[in-house]
Formats: sequence, C-alpha cells, structure tokens
Amino acid sequence: MDAFMTEVVAKYNYWIYVILMMIGFYAMIGKRNLVKKLLGLNIFQTAIILLFISAGVKRGGGIPIVDKHAALEHGVHAAQTVNPLPHVLMLTAIVVSVSVTGVALAVLLRIWREYGTLEEDEILEKLSQ
Amino acid sequence: MTSNLHMYVMVLPLFGALLVSLFGRINRRAILPLTLVSLALSALASLGVMQSVLQHGSFSYTVGNWQPPFGIELVVDHLSAMMLVLISWVALLATFSSLKSVARDLEGREYQFFTLYLILIAGLHGLVLTGDAFNLYVLLEITSITTYGLIAMGRGRAPLSSFNYIIMGSLGACFYLLGVGYLYILTGTLNMADIARILPTVTGEVATATAFGFMLVGLLIKMAFFPLHGWLPHAYSDAPTGAGVLAAPLMTKVTVYLMIRVMFSIFTVDSPLIQDAGVQNLIVWVASFAIIIASVLALGQKDFRRMLTYIIVAEVGYMVGGAWLANAQGLTGTILHIVNDALMTLCLFLAAAAISYRIGGLGLERMTGLYRKMPITMAAFTLGAFSMIGVPPTCGFFSKWYLILGGIEAGQYSFVVALVFSSLVNAVLFFRIIEIAYFRLDGNGHDHAPVKVEEAPMMMLQPLVVVAILLLAVGFGTGPLIDHVIRFTLPGVF
Repeated sequence: MDAFMTEVVAKYNYWIYVILMMIGFYAMIGKRNLVKKLLGLNIFQTAIILLFISAGVKRGGGIPIVDKHAALEHGVHAAQTVNPLPHVLMLTAIVVSVSVTGVALAVLLRIWREYGTLEEDEILEKLSQ
Repeated sequence: MTSNLHMYVMVLPLFGALLVSLFGRINRRAILPLTLVSLALSALASLGVMQSVLQHGSFSYTVGNWQPPFGIELVVDHLSAMMLVLISWVALLATFSSLKSVARDLEGREYQFFTLYLILIAGLHGLVLTGDAFNLYVLLEITSITTYGLIAMGRGRAPLSSFNYIIMGSLGACFYLLGVGYLYILTGTLNMADIARILPTVTGEVATATAFGFMLVGLLIKMAFFPLHGWLPHAYSDAPTGAGVLAAPLMTKVTVYLMIRVMFSIFTVDSPLIQDAGVQNLIVWVASFAIIIASVLALGQKDFRRMLTYIIVAEVGYMVGGAWLANAQGLTGTILHIVNDALMTLCLFLAAAAISYRIGGLGLERMTGLYRKMPITMAAFTLGAFSMIGVPPTCGFFSKWYLILGGIEAGQYSFVVALVFSSLVNAVLFFRIIEIAYFRLDGNGHDHAPVKVEEAPMMMLQPLVVVAILLLAVGFGTGPLIDHVIRFTLPGVF
C-alpha cells in the first residue's frame, strides 16, 4: 500500500488526468442527456490538455522567452526553461475543442427546436412514433 | 527535383471554399463554376504529382522552410500520391452529382454546403500528405467537423445522427491525440520519420504499446470498424444525398490509409507490436467477425442507402483485416481495396442519388420496373454491384483475390471464410434488388405498353457512367497499378 501511495504521489499529475478522463468518458458513454454527453467530451479533452501541459513542466524552469543576445553569448540552458512545444500544441487542441463544442451546440439547438427535448430516450420515442 | 504541385492539390479546394463562401452567397450561379474549376484544377495537379513521383520517386517538402523535425514535413511517396489522385478524382466526380441534388434539397443554402464540402476535400488531401503526427490530428478534426456540419444539414433525424457522430468522432480523435501525447513524451518529437527513428532506442515497452493502442483504437472508431461502427449507418444515410456521395467513398478509406501510415511509417514493420502474433490474430479475428455481422445486418435493411452503409462497415473489416495479415499479399489487397472500394462505393452512391432524385425515395419496394425507367443508371448500378460482389473483370474481384491469397498465406482461414461469406451475402443483396427492379413490374404492369424512359439529369448520369467505366478500367489495369505504384508502398521486409 505504501509503495502504491508513493507511486500515486510521485506521479499525481498523471493520476489526475486519468481520473478526469474517466469522468468524461463515463459521461459520454453512460449519460442519456445530450448536453451531459457534450460536457463529458469537454472534460475528456481537458484531461488530455492537462496531460500534455504537465509533460512539459520542469522543476524550477522559467518561461521559454530568451534574450537574443544572452542566448547567443551563453547558449540556452534547457534545464532552466520549460518546454514550450506542448503548450503550443494544446493551444491548437483548445481551438479544435472549442470548434467541436460550437458545432455540437448548434446541432443541439436544431435538435431542441425539432423535438423540444434533449433527452435521448424521449427523442428516440418521438422518432419511433 | 521538387515542385509545389502537391500544394496546389490541397490549397485549390481550400481557396475555392473561400471564394464560394464570398461570392456564392451573393449569386448562387457562381457556386457551380467556382467549385468545379477549383476541383478540376486540383485533380489535374494531382496527376502531375503522380507523374513526378513515378519518374523521380518519392520526395518530402518542408512547409515555410522550417526544417524537420521542427517544421511540418509533407511526404509525397507512391502511396500518398495515389491517394491524392484517388481523392481528387472521386471528389470531382461526386461534385457533379451533388451540385444537382443540393440545388434541390437545400435551396438557398448551397453556398454553406459547398464551403464545407470544399474544406472537407482540402482536409482529406492534407491528411494523406502530412508527415507530422500532430498535424494529422488537426487535419483529422478539420475533415470531421466539416462532415458533422454536412450531415446535420440533412432532413429528419439528421441532427441527432450528426450529434452521435460528433461524440464518437471526437472520442476517436481524442484517443489518437492521447497516443500522440504518449509518443511525444517518449521520443520528444512529432515528425513521423523522426519518431520511427527514435522509437527502437526507447525503453518502456508498456508506454509504447499504450501509445499504439490508443492511436489504433482512435482510428478504428473514426473508420467505423465493427464494434465501434454504431455512428456510421445513421450518419451516412441521414446526410443530404450530396454529402453522402462524397463522405461515404472517401472518409473510411482515408482513415484506413492513416492506419497503414501509423503502422508502417510511425511504428515501422520491425516493431514488436506489429510483429506480435497475438495482436495480429486478435485483429484479424475481430475483422472476420465484423465482416460477417455487418453483412448479416445489411441483409435486414429495407432501404437501399442504409444497406450500402452496412456494406461499407463490412468493407472496412476487409481492409483492416488485410493490413493485419502482415504479409505482402494482404497489404497489396488492402491498398488495392482502398482504391477499388472508393470507386465502387462512389458508383453505388451516385446510382442511389440518381434514383432518389427521380423516384423520391430509396425503399427497395419502390424500385420496381426501374430497369425500364432508368436503363443507363441501372446498368451502371449493376456494374457497381458486380464489383461489390467480386465478379471478374470488375476491380472488386482483384482486391478480394489478393486478400484471400494473403489470408491463406497467413493461415487465417477465418478471414478467408468471412470474405467468401460476405461475397455471397452481397450477391444475395444485389440480386434481390436486380430481381425487384428488372423482373417485377408495377402493380398494373401486365400489359406490354412501353414504359416511359425517365433518366436522371445529365449532371448525375455522366459521372455515374464514368465511374462504372473506371471500375472496369481499374480492373483491367490492376497489374500495372500494382507493379508501378503499390509495389513501392510495401515495407521492405515483406
């Protein structure tokens, strides 16, 4: 048990991401309300964003903006600078996630206007009539 | 020698989308020339790329001169050049038909439809060109988001189908992105060739296997591989006719291409994961199961387009199974089947579009006497059906032949049985339609008065005839296609 706890504490960022991901996954698959499904998708995407960001962290690392002249003279100390690439990638992933949410909300609006409900069961009932 | 020609293949539809969205909303008559000209130029450029690859071999291109592995690299090899030609010509042919059907189905909203439509095509071109794992994710989402929009434009339950596709499609993309994240943490790079170079030196088999698993499952969801196929039949049959003729032939096939890229360009053929007999057996077994179940489900459908969607699910099983046979015959069959299945599906969906344009629906019982009413459409449909069944000399026969040879060579007899079973079911499915449409007459049809021929409009008929001829041409050209293109795409070890 102790060994397990040390493992969890040492890599707590990954455990948080796994828990968030499972919550999102459950909402997407298990919930019957369409908005809750969409919220689940957003939680899932946030979990992935956190995974990437936490992979770029360095203890005691500074912001990855370097003075040109200092860098030319002394070089860049990779150990003292946070890796900026995961952040940039996640900026793109956030854009993607926002676009998907936007499209999904627009589609939900159409469903609401057509059926007057966002419960999947009620919609399917109305469709089968 | 490198040229920029492949950039035009991708950028012309994107530019066309911009122009359609600007001028199409002012004057709807601008949509037709803008769409067709941008796609036709893109298709011509794709031929130029293919010719250059055939003469000089594959090349890579760095966008904005940021050198890889830091910049995004585009890779044009035999496989991606072949896919460029396939996508651009299938898109061009499908567009003739969808211009006609969209003008009727979505009057006043054509510019919205074709803006999304052209961005989708540009995204598909980008997917086959990119040599960067993260860039691939972004392009995957570009194609998916445009498809969500196109599907939601349909009538009836289309918004609900589109929403289910959004949830499943995004889940697939998220899984793929997770896999990329694991690979990035392991190797510190996103360039496919660079990952392939570094990966053998990485310790951490479990993490590598997790990355591979996530990427594979993500792509399998996106391509509607059997237990994960739930979204596809509704999405493609509820979509507007004009969106179905583009998405159905291309989306699943391009995703199969991506799976081949992940298997052989990122993880390479020597990777223990791909050589693992347990993984191979599992996937080929599931694929065999997928083919059989999807074929049986297709039998139960009463609507022509819905039946076709289940056949697509079965065909995905063919291609995934073939790639995981892990021998040259199987992979040749898979790549050949990507081409053939795109053409066959296009042929059948164009026929479906033409029929529903004329008779207003696709219920099987409404198709009585169609051979007299629409002889040319139905002749093309018959050729497409024969190709789907696998009757020589149509192209469907040859890829199936390679897949069966590969199955026998790998000793995967379940896969061979599934292929033969699916061919038989396809024969039953299509001969049932031929029986209804050819032999059964309308209720009052026992007199011999000639039925008035009412063909589909020329815009829908011409691409259909061209595709039907292409089915035969590709069938006869299988030998050269394999010798000059597909042979170069197989990994050396096979």
